[in-house]
Amino acid sequence: MSFDNAYEAITEENSSRWAFGTGFEDPLSGMDTAVPSGVDAADLTAYCLMLGDDALIVSHRLQEWCTNAPELEDEVAIANIGLDLLGQARLLLARAGGGRGEDDYAFFRDEHEFRNVRLAELPRGDFGKLIARLLVFATWRLALLSRLADSRDPVLSAIAAKGVKEVTYHRDYAAQWAVRLGDGTEYSRERIREGLERVWPFVGELFVPHEIELRLTEAGVAVDPSTLRAEFDDVIAQVLAAATLDVPDVAARAGVAGRTGRDGVHTEAMGYLLAELQSVARAHPEGTW
Amino acid sequence: MTATLPEQDLERHFERTIEHDQRIEPRDWVPEAYRKTLIRMIAQHAHSEIIGMQPEGNWITRAPSLRRKAILLAKVQDEAGHGLYLYSAAETLGADRAELTDKLVNGRQKYSSIFNYPTLTFADVGVIGWLVDGAAICNQVPLCRSSYGPYARAMIRICKEESFHQRQGYELLMTMMRGTERQRRMVQEATDRWWWPSLMMFGPPDGDSPNTEQSMAWKIKRHTNDELRQRFVDMSVPQADALGVTLPDEDLKWNAERGHYDFGEIDWSEFKQVLAGNGPCNAERVAHRRAAHDGGAWVREAAAAHAAKIKESVA
Repeated sequence: MSFDNAYEAITEENSSRWAFGTGFEDPLSGMDTAVPSGVDAADLTAYCLMLGDDALIVSHRLQEWCTNAPELEDEVAIANIGLDLLGQARLLLARAGGGRGEDDYAFFRDEHEFRNVRLAELPRGDFGKLIARLLVFATWRLALLSRLADSRDPVLSAIAAKGVKEVTYHRDYAAQWAVRLGDGTEYSRERIREGLERVWPFVGELFVPHEIELRLTEAGVAVDPSTLRAEFDDVIAQVLAAATLDVPDVAARAGVAGRTGRDGVHTEAMGYLLAELQSVARAHPEGTW
Repeated sequence: MTATLPEQDLERHFERTIEHDQRIEPRDWVPEAYRKTLIRMIAQHAHSEIIGMQPEGNWITRAPSLRRKAILLAKVQDEAGHGLYLYSAAETLGADRAELTDKLVNGRQKYSSIFNYPTLTFADVGVIGWLVDGAAICNQVPLCRSSYGPYARAMIRICKEESFHQRQGYELLMTMMRGTERQRRMVQEATDRWWWPSLMMFGPPDGDSPNTEQSMAWKIKRHTNDELRQRFVDMSVPQADALGVTLPDEDLKWNAERGHYDFGEIDWSEFKQVLAGNGPCNAERVAHRRAAHDGGAWVREAAAAHAAKIKESVA
């Protein structure tokens, strides 16, 4: 590349410099996307939406941090985590299939059709709340993805294996900050303590299996989240001990007639999030982007 | 050891390095004015990257496809990375990142005026890539040959990423132009708003640019503002044609004699207004940056306090 001729540098044909490749219409191209034997296609779709929506909605909350981070290194790190989760969401929503694409799922479903856990959608809050949510979410998701890597569905298995590497970093980033904040100043300690107290009522929901998750676990495709609790508790206990913080002792938040995020019943924050996420796409339903 | 040489020898050595197109490196002796000029230039450039995250960051959560969202988030992240390299380059000249940030949020150092314009539709994301990044590349490509080594090397990486961003922006506009009539109108309307501010990015006309002469002599800058502006116009006109938009300048036409496009008079009074802090978004951009910086102070303090405790327990 010549640095004396800007025009030449710009028009140079070198697709390897495209971060996502140039032909990114189908992120699953080249993979065998047949539904595994003995699995109901609608169940598989719903399960992909559950895990995909978790990633999409947490990524949205991380995107809200852009230009607001306490230091440039964290600006880069938070965007990086948001990008990783957005990438996972894209693959999972594409895998959901059912005749719809990733954008159709992200921009043209209504709130009750989103299946993310409520933890994902809680408002952004301050840096203490960012770290508290990320620590909980990444610890849970890493436990989940590392088991899902053994899924009988080759697509889910591959997506999970890729995700494990990413979420390992997310958990590490959150754990390191939890320790710095917990063992930093009086003020930072209070901020992370408050953050943990706010997210904790939504922790129980992460481990309650939905009937679809149970059916797919039976078929060797999904992971029963109730089996993740011990690993989660163990990791959180280690991190909070290093941070000289206690595990919060607060009651779990009830659902509506027992229904929570996985059933499409969300908090009031979700409507505003979707209004923003979907605004341009819905204003131009025939648009091409 | 350079420290034992008399100043006039050091100065002669510096001038010879510049003359022979060799690079000045951090430990080399440089005249104080060279150091100050470079710190000012690099800091303004770093600030521009950081403030420049805001107008585009404005559309990340609303991007209308997941692919465009990923591209935009990655781009804004790149800008934070550029800010980091540039602050680091400034630090090799003895500046301090925290002090430079302080100057930015207190209005004592400037950033590129272009970022004081609002982003009003998603088409702005594409037009910023095409025109604003395009203008930035024209300005920055020659800086890859800047006499100061760390700046030149940072610019090589930055220019590679900027040209990638420009291409992504242009590709978004191409896609939108193939879409609906409303999308095509959005692209034209965004082009109309960004064209003149993009031309202003090259700075005042040569006759009115106080720093250019010395910076050229030191080979910090390689071309004058007007030369670069002309280059940008010449390269943008065929791109606008290929896109199917018109540029909002009735005087824009090919001049066969000069071998360049002629173009209309820039509204320098608007440029001066924006430079003076009265642009559409100056107040918001600086206030936003200050709020993020001040709001993050407790986090930085916590990290420092924790690090001090660790150091104490090891000692």
